[in-house]
Amino acid sequence: MGLAKRIIPCLDVTAGRVVKGVNFVGLRDAGDPVEIARRYDEQGADELTFLDITASSDGRGLIFRIIEDVASQVFIPLTVGGGVRSVQDVRNLLNAGADKVSMNTSAVSNPELVSEASSRFGSQCIVVAIDAKKTAENKWEVFTHGGRKQTGLDAIEWAVRMQQMGAGEILLTSMDRDGTKMGFDLDLTRSVSDALDIPLIASGGVGNLEHLAEGVTKGHADAVLAASIFHYGEYTVREAKEYMKARHIEVRL
Amino acid sequence: MIAVVDYGMGNLRSVAKAIEHVCPDSTVLITSDSKEILSASHVVFPGQGAMPDCMRELDSRGLRDAVLQAAKEKPFLGICIGLQMLFEFSEEGNVAGLGVLKGKVKRFPSERMTNEAGEKLKVPHIGWNEVEQTVSHPVWNGIEQGSRFYFVHSYYVEPGEQGIIAACSRYPFRFVSAVAKDNIFAVQFHPEKSQHAGLSLLRNFSEWDGGF
Repeated sequence: MGLAKRIIPCLDVTAGRVVKGVNFVGLRDAGDPVEIARRYDEQGADELTFLDITASSDGRGLIFRIIEDVASQVFIPLTVGGGVRSVQDVRNLLNAGADKVSMNTSAVSNPELVSEASSRFGSQCIVVAIDAKKTAENKWEVFTHGGRKQTGLDAIEWAVRMQQMGAGEILLTSMDRDGTKMGFDLDLTRSVSDALDIPLIASGGVGNLEHLAEGVTKGHADAVLAASIFHYGEYTVREAKEYMKARHIEVRL
Repeated sequence: MIAVVDYGMGNLRSVAKAIEHVCPDSTVLITSDSKEILSASHVVFPGQGAMPDCMRELDSRGLRDAVLQAAKEKPFLGICIGLQMLFEFSEEGNVAGLGVLKGKVKRFPSERMTNEAGEKLKVPHIGWNEVEQTVSHPVWNGIEQGSRFYFVHSYYVEPGEQGIIAACSRYPFRFVSAVAKDNIFAVQFHPEKSQHAGLSLLRNFSEWDGGF
């Protein structure tokens, strides 16, 4: 027995509301991030990830209040990403109660931000998120700006470079699978995870519990992230963990 | 009053919030003032980032003496780098620590990071691991043997005295995840991020008189 594989529910937040959770059964206010965070905590989530997908600058500040509220009630690690562009942004999120800050587009446009934030606050709190799309057999490319912009960067090489720049973890999303419920891109996940010394969080495509288990057993992921299967009440985090345990994967129950 | 020592490294809010949550009647003060540290009933010594930076920042704020004094006489809780800094020496940047406890801080060696199934283990060691309590101690009160706590670290302590070991964990080999000596209790994991077990530990610490 030793380290458990982690299950991380992801909450996409815009203008103070969770957007993927509108059909969540049994919650009084389905889209309230603090309430959803508490529910996942009670179910045994190992961490929570918040992605601020607010497009306009108007609603941006709301994420700080959400994180402050969650951090005073939920005592598990919280990762926050979306729109992080400077060391000051990282500092502000950490001060609000985030334990880790995730960077995606800004890491590509300014890789120094990763090393600077990592040396300032420690690599344990710097997560680099990578959106990757398959472009040829065993070849995946990094996209930014929410998947709209092709960068020409190879996903595996980029992940290794981010590790060297001081990332503490990589959050890898398959754009081909995201939202499809067809399961992780296991070849992508395994290729990136095996190339890294730091932990890999797999994301994109989870539609059932076997997909989560496969992410670990076949994708070699250290943690698995999912949104819709939890938000829509199809499965609880506890059910996911019991399933993984039955598959001989070590989990925290 | 419970003082959380602030020497400019890392996020102290979460530690303070977790203690406030379990001790609503206590005053929790995040402070970089020696006088406040020395007037506290309990002192929490956290730490994040790299140990050389932590040592430098502690000294640049003139807090070394207050921390050494508190570690001698008050219920004192070291967390993560706050545990590591109590030792004599760290491989991380080859820096001297405070030397309150004998022993050194070592990196998880890449050549040993393979588990029984032959799988590569990642460093940093991030996530929930089992903590095997090796002594009975007031700070462990009511916490089930083998409870999982949240870890984030690449270095671990190797105490010079076996007698101070209070818990061990495995990754993939057995390493020391908590120590206890007199009024000092120090942990490698993050109780403030370890849900029920972590909150129990913080509550126990806040009620501890420093005896053991």
